[in-house]
Amino acid sequence: MLGPIIETFIGGLLTGILYSLVALGFVLIFKASGVFNFAQGAMVLFAALSLARLSEVMPLYIALPLTIAIMVALAYAIEFLVLRPLINQEGIILFMATLGVANFLDGFGQTVWGSDIYKIDLGMPKNPIFIFESVFPGGLLIDPSELIAAVICAVLVVVLAIFFQVTRVGRALRAVADDHQAAQSVGIPLNQIWLMVWAVAGIVALVAGMMWGAKLGVQFSLALVALKALPVLILGGFTSIPGAIIGGLIIGAGEKLAEVILGPVLIRAFDLAGGGIENWFAYVLALMFLLVRPQGLFGEKIIERV
Amino acid sequence: MSRKIQVFAVALVLGGAAFTAPALAQNEQFIPNLVYRTGAYAPNGIPFANGVADYYNLVNERDGGINGVKIVFEECDTGYATDRGVECYERLKGKGPTGAAYVIPLSTGITYALTEKAPVDKIPIISMGYGRADSRDGSVYQWNFPMVGTYWTAADIILQHIAKKEGGFDKLKGKKVALVYHDSPYGKEPITLLQKRASMHSFELMLLPVTHPGVEQKATWLQIRQNRPDYVLLWGWGVMNSTAIKEAVAVAYPREKMYGVWWSGAEPDVRPAEDGAKGYNAATLQHSAGQFKLHEDLKKFVYDKGKGVAKWDETGEVLYIRGVINAMLGVEGIRTAQEKYGKKPMTGEQVRWGLENLNLTAARIKQLGFEGVLQPIKLSCSDHEGARTGRIQTWDGKNWKITSDWYTGDDSVIGPLVKETAAKYAAEKKITPVTCPAS
Repeated sequence: MLGPIIETFIGGLLTGILYSLVALGFVLIFKASGVFNFAQGAMVLFAALSLARLSEVMPLYIALPLTIAIMVALAYAIEFLVLRPLINQEGIILFMATLGVANFLDGFGQTVWGSDIYKIDLGMPKNPIFIFESVFPGGLLIDPSELIAAVICAVLVVVLAIFFQVTRVGRALRAVADDHQAAQSVGIPLNQIWLMVWAVAGIVALVAGMMWGAKLGVQFSLALVALKALPVLILGGFTSIPGAIIGGLIIGAGEKLAEVILGPVLIRAFDLAGGGIENWFAYVLALMFLLVRPQGLFGEKIIERV
Repeated sequence: MSRKIQVFAVALVLGGAAFTAPALAQNEQFIPNLVYRTGAYAPNGIPFANGVADYYNLVNERDGGINGVKIVFEECDTGYATDRGVECYERLKGKGPTGAAYVIPLSTGITYALTEKAPVDKIPIISMGYGRADSRDGSVYQWNFPMVGTYWTAADIILQHIAKKEGGFDKLKGKKVALVYHDSPYGKEPITLLQKRASMHSFELMLLPVTHPGVEQKATWLQIRQNRPDYVLLWGWGVMNSTAIKEAVAVAYPREKMYGVWWSGAEPDVRPAEDGAKGYNAATLQHSAGQFKLHEDLKKFVYDKGKGVAKWDETGEVLYIRGVINAMLGVEGIRTAQEKYGKKPMTGEQVRWGLENLNLTAARIKQLGFEGVLQPIKLSCSDHEGARTGRIQTWDGKNWKITSDWYTGDDSVIGPLVKETAAKYAAEKKITPVTCPAS
């Protein structure tokens, strides 16, 4: 029994890292602009679709920079057409604007690139590897493509952490997140900062799209993977990069263990109709954490004096 | 200036073209077409919708319509969502001089929702190869037509094939069969039949639901690796199918032991998994892939005139062909109705009669250009399924190949289940079943 539990736990952690990758995009934009970017999932889909369709007609090493250019152009378009006219508006208005961007991108991406299932071939190994075969009967299964994705994710996190903590631009980003007007008054160019952060979020979306696209094929459902990032954000906090990572790991492992172990027990014990529990269990898990830490595991504790 | 550009660009993005539906003449038959060309299930919805559209165009271009009555159809994108499907149905049901001839929901969920509306609106539902399995009982479900095969037929055909491989149903004793299913009305449909067969032959049935849209299946396949079922039945749709095959590769579960329903046996289900899908099997809704006699007419009257909606190379694919067959059955239902009511546009009620009295003999199937693709189909008041046959096809890495003889769903097992559940439904909804003449 221990073998299957450990195997499920490891599989959950590896899937969780992929959730983290999507959650990272949300965190970046929220950190820098205080906007909950509902369009992050649509950006993942749009980036993956662009790369998949471009790589059909050109080598991947040309398609990749071209896709990055498309994502930067998209960031510019969003900044120019949507965010700039909404400077200093309420957060909820900016959120609604991103909802519009999400719906537009979902439809526009499919209109331009098509609705079929497309391929991104990163040359990832497909066959599983088995470890500790002498300890556990049948060994423990590891999906090597998820292992590689985990390494890529780790590298990305380190780069982003350095960018935010050490560089001048990173500090400016954090200042903008605290107060748009105050940041502007000390000479921080708000438009440039927003453009930069949306471009970085676009590139993170591309990396997430590449990883998920290589795993699932590139098609509309990739946009729905973003929903998996929501419990991760609730749990990890909206402003913390480590929170997105740890949150992803907890949600990934928690939901898989729940589906494999808890689900059958609940169904048997209460004679339930059955059905998958991992989707909603992720939210239960996140809400349980919120009871203890309302700001999320790594979220900033807000103390307002009156 | 920049503000003006912004306003202009936003207006350009948001401004939609105004569409006006074509005015319908009195001698036209209106057919709504519920499709999904966008969304998570579009890769499977598009070829089906193309097949339906091309067949209607063929009938208009080649024959001038059905006995001179031109077909006018309008698509409405449901995105495979039940609420949007009902909305599409409500919007289109009253169009045309006689209203909608019939509706093809292309979703078991939408079919469930329309089952209560159809008797009120008097519009028949053609759910070819899907919908409620017990709706084949026309005495209760007068407006439902799950033609050519229900999910109980599909499950029975697959189990018969597995039993044959094992050396008989008695050899299934003690075996483990897992059902990986879309956690929706569609995916749950075969469970009743599988449970019945499991109790009859003493095999263990594992039920493994996968939530919409089916992109996250790791937990499911880890359970399969840990429990090692002898066979896995796949009841998926859209991306769930290709993801399942990829996950089977990831846990090294042999694809030769996997059997999909006919909605898990098309090209978009296997191609994304590339070589990993080799050896994967699926039931057929009679037909498999490949062009046939009808394609000569499709080429001459539709594609050579630039009126085809698919790419010509894709017209031999499984779901395109299924769309063509589905449209043909509807057209033949109208034609049958016209024999009784006259060569004019038919009402839904008249088409219902036509569908119930549809009799496609081998000779008629040949005449229509479907020889080798379909077997005879004959519906009646008590049997709205009309045929219960299918085969098994196997993906060889490039193409689907038929790898079994014909099987027929065992009505000594399925029939009583249909009667029992249909009677329960009738009691629940206070429906008085009609008395059907003995067939």
